[in-house]
Amino acid sequence: MPINITAFGQISEFISGTISVDKVNDTDSLRKHLVVQFPSLKDINYAIAVDKKIISVNTLIEENATIALLPPFSGG
Amino acid sequence: MELSNDDKQRYSRQIALQQFGETAQQKLLQSKVLVIGAGGLGCPALQYLAAAGVGTIGILDNDTVSLSNLHRQPLYTTADVGLPKAAMASGALLALNPTIKVKAFPVRLDTGNALELIKNYEVIIDGTDNFASRYLINDACVLLKKPLIYGSIYQFEGQVAVFNVVEENNIPSANYRDLFPHQPKENEVPNCSEAGVIGVLPGIIGTMMANECIKLITGIGNSLINKLLIYNTLTNQIFEMDITPKEETLHLIPADEAAFRSTEYSFSCETAHSFEDVGITDFLKLMKEADTVVVDVREVGEKPVITSFKHINIPMSILKTQKPDIPQKNILVFCHAGVRSVDAALFLSNGKNKIYNLKGGIVRYNIH
Repeated sequence: MPINITAFGQISEFISGTISVDKVNDTDSLRKHLVVQFPSLKDINYAIAVDKKIISVNTLIEENATIALLPPFSGG
Repeated sequence: MELSNDDKQRYSRQIALQQFGETAQQKLLQSKVLVIGAGGLGCPALQYLAAAGVGTIGILDNDTVSLSNLHRQPLYTTADVGLPKAAMASGALLALNPTIKVKAFPVRLDTGNALELIKNYEVIIDGTDNFASRYLINDACVLLKKPLIYGSIYQFEGQVAVFNVVEENNIPSANYRDLFPHQPKENEVPNCSEAGVIGVLPGIIGTMMANECIKLITGIGNSLINKLLIYNTLTNQIFEMDITPKEETLHLIPADEAAFRSTEYSFSCETAHSFEDVGITDFLKLMKEADTVVVDVREVGEKPVITSFKHINIPMSILKTQKPDIPQKNILVFCHAGVRSVDAALFLSNGKNKIYNLKGGIVRYNIH
């Protein structure tokens, strides 16, 4: 299913817009899928928001959900 | 506390706001805010907080003003280059508003001083530029139950949040570790000043931090409690995400003040710059100082063999694998061409010792 992904910080340098993913129905499987498609993610410990809620445990992704990928950054 | 006539005039335009009024002004005048880091985020926050009449402002920064700071830190002037930020910022704020109290702390924040410093303030503003400081400040604020105004920038993007506000139910709101539980490893993400930035971004984010601070103190509007706001300067898009405070997060924070004091927050930024390159003249001079050791990090058998000054030999291969403890405070390192010794200097630096690297290596000099 197509998933609408908004990437932030350094992740936005290689992921943007809607990505089509198969067999992804929760955030854990999304992470696994993304790291295969975008190996640069391997070294980034990013947070995920599903429909604008930062999640901390594996969370179901409903159709048309909006996913945000948030890497930490520390600039000041 | 009655407002003086001067106060009524100085703050008249904000007092005129119905939601604000004299009550909010009095709250601001009685408040104490500590701004940690007087850089890109700290400068605008400091300026607007001082102007708005925050009664006591602490400025913590151990850095000096550099020319490359000025495009995003217009609190300073070109004449301030080379001078300490805390003192320069303090002078500028008092010139702007001499009726408030400003305290300058030209020290580096560490686990030894953080709690004592933070204890004296009501709201803490994190304007630092590295993860170690951010986690240290977050944990200290959780331990001391102090609200923390967080802001951070990356290229064209900025984040703002209000962490750790203890609400009526006595349960603290989300903190930084509810967003990013663990400090990223070195090199995982660009740190400190490696990434470029347009000056207005920290200006906007730092000003938003001041806004959150003012709202929190005066109790007006909605604060970014349990929320993360993200602003993109290129698209003008604003995103708001919900953060949920979690029980597990509290286990990541040192259990008490003593545990906090012995926690290691790895200052990867500091590590990157925590040795000094010196030429041979200074090198030979420095080795005569007390509590000093000279370390040759070349492998056994490398030439020239040095006999003209006292030193110990810890080959790089041994240094990295066996991590020997070097008790001396001053460590002078050298190698053949000055490449491995830089690696050694970075490796040995622990924030407490002072490391000097012989620039260019021993090969550059006629020394045996």
